[in-house]
Amino acid sequence: MNTLSLALRNLLRNLLRNRRRSLATLLAMVIGLCAILLFGGYAGSTIYAMQTGYVQLHGHLQIQRKDYFLYGSGNPADYAIADYVPMLGQVRSDPVLAPLLTVATPKLQLGGIAGNFAAGVSTNVFSSGVVAPEQAQLREWDDYGNMSYAPPIALLNTPANSIVIGTGVARKLQLCQALGVRPCQPPGKPSAASGVSAPDDILALSAQETQAAPNAPQTHIEMLAATVHGAPNVVGLNVVKAENFGFKEFDDSYTIMHLTQAQRLVYGAGAPQVTAIQIQLQHTAQMSEAKARLEQMLETGKPDSPLEIVDYETLAPIYGQTIEFFQSVFGFIATLIGVIVLFTVGNTMSMAVVERTPEIGTLRAIGLRQGGIRRLFVCEGLVLGVAGAVLGSVLALLLATLINHSGLTWTPPGYVYAYPLKVRVWGAWAMVAGSAAGLVMVAGLSAWWPARRAARLLIVDALRHT
Amino acid sequence: MHPVILKNVCKTYLLDSIKVPALSEVSLEIRANCFTVISGPSGSGKTTLLNVMGCIDRPDQGEVIVAGQNVLALPDDALSDFRASHLGFIFQNFNLLQVLTAYENIEYPLRLGNMPAAQRRERVRSLLDAVGLSDKAQNLPGQLSGGQRQRVAIARALAPAPALVLADEPTANLDSHTGAAIIALMRQMQREHHVSFVFSSHDPQVQAAADDTVVIRDGCITSIERHTEVAEVLA
Repeated sequence: MNTLSLALRNLLRNLLRNRRRSLATLLAMVIGLCAILLFGGYAGSTIYAMQTGYVQLHGHLQIQRKDYFLYGSGNPADYAIADYVPMLGQVRSDPVLAPLLTVATPKLQLGGIAGNFAAGVSTNVFSSGVVAPEQAQLREWDDYGNMSYAPPIALLNTPANSIVIGTGVARKLQLCQALGVRPCQPPGKPSAASGVSAPDDILALSAQETQAAPNAPQTHIEMLAATVHGAPNVVGLNVVKAENFGFKEFDDSYTIMHLTQAQRLVYGAGAPQVTAIQIQLQHTAQMSEAKARLEQMLETGKPDSPLEIVDYETLAPIYGQTIEFFQSVFGFIATLIGVIVLFTVGNTMSMAVVERTPEIGTLRAIGLRQGGIRRLFVCEGLVLGVAGAVLGSVLALLLATLINHSGLTWTPPGYVYAYPLKVRVWGAWAMVAGSAAGLVMVAGLSAWWPARRAARLLIVDALRHT
Repeated sequence: MHPVILKNVCKTYLLDSIKVPALSEVSLEIRANCFTVISGPSGSGKTTLLNVMGCIDRPDQGEVIVAGQNVLALPDDALSDFRASHLGFIFQNFNLLQVLTAYENIEYPLRLGNMPAAQRRERVRSLLDAVGLSDKAQNLPGQLSGGQRQRVAIARALAPAPALVLADEPTANLDSHTGAAIIALMRQMQREHHVSFVFSSHDPQVQAAADDTVVIRDGCITSIERHTEVAEVLA
């Protein structure tokens, strides 16, 4: 212990011989590590926020008809699950799955045309029919703490003919003023129709729905969709809220209505079906266990099975692509900073070797082996690395705390509203430890070459050095 | 036993592709427990001869036997260990380790020799006493005068109880008064510790204090003067 403390003291004394140079080297390492950790924390935070968003939207897993994801999203007739009610019951009561679940809920995805025929406008939309209270529960998932930016679902506790539309849809349907969507331009004079008018039967259906609600509010729209038999069907709906759905493309075409209403639109009086059962788990780490159990339960592994289990990463490929993007940028930054540290520490050690050449000669003359000289300089590099790692980590943690409490916001690419700017360094201990260890290793490595050169100096040449 | 025996030692340096002979067919036996001075003009090969005896330079040919060991046969690590246990060095520029205190400088070779801590403490204290620097034990070299630094260097050289201490111009950087004091101290240490001292020096004070004087010129030993007999040396 005494020997170790003496060795450390001597290492520090040697490093403090040229304080300015050692400080500059230390600063390069501290700033470098801090930059790596803050970027890693920012990337981690963004990835967790994205995961939270996707899990709130899709759940962790979905039971779908086989190939629905690739081929059936516009075809609820051929790719729906008919016997979904008993299947839901089976999932909710399964002794393995039940403790893992937060929500299991049905969903019907359909495409159609939403029209504000009073204003003479319509737009293509895709819509989800959902069970509102269960969707509200889905949006409460926030496993990583303070990563949820989802507003509560506006469809909750509303009448059956209610619909929530994207703010982009509201603008297209000239409902933005009535729904208080900002920014909103007042509707201009409709241009004279230049295309072919809608078929008579469609117009008749629309008129029928409008007549059915003679005192309809300003927010009334009609939704037109094809039934499973291929016939057109129209329902009148009341927009209860225009909600910002994040991505511009999504916000311009997405709507949510009650499941019963969506089923009425697609299946009419026929047996109601759904296109997916969304399953949300308490923790993402439980996904493989839950998936294995579902596959066993629903026998999805068999070639003739009509069902498949799809996870949220498959449903939202951009999630995996974003992780890969962040990983590549992180790797690039880490490599860049590693090279800077390598050269900075290497230069510092090389200068130290030159300045201490007579001392190296003396040490060798009085009996220190070549290995002892190598150890001396490598240890100095390592001590610099450890100091840089500790100070860099502490600085990154402090800056992360400051940033997280600063109230800064940013708008991710493709999004239409700002997210709080957060960097997740606290808690990301594997990243902190890995980056710090990497820095120490690079510092040790960069000291190794000058140390080797010092050890191989001829004693007489070293002693003669002035 | 002779602490150093050199047989037909040759050493040539290459300076800008020109071969410069530093030692030519040097054969020499250093007497035990003697104060031996190697004298000669600048560039005569004194330092090279000392370096070869100190096992920090290898001759091109010849045989070097130090403390009974043919040192040219030893690999580098073994040679380092050999130097640590059998040899002490005193340099013209003192060459103390700047970040270590006087105490730690003297202790350093003992640490290399893995001497137990208690024994080490006792040894360093007694050497500090012997060189009259007990009150400067915690001073860094920068806080010591030239004479004090050389005293620390003498204590460091004697710390591992070597068979031979080699000193390259030990008084060259000291004023004559301090130089004389250092020579007296070395002489005293040599007698008390029964060590052989070999110096290179131009200093007449050093030469006057010597038991033996080896004169070297152009890499060749021109004379060896024995000022004292073996009986006197042993006495």
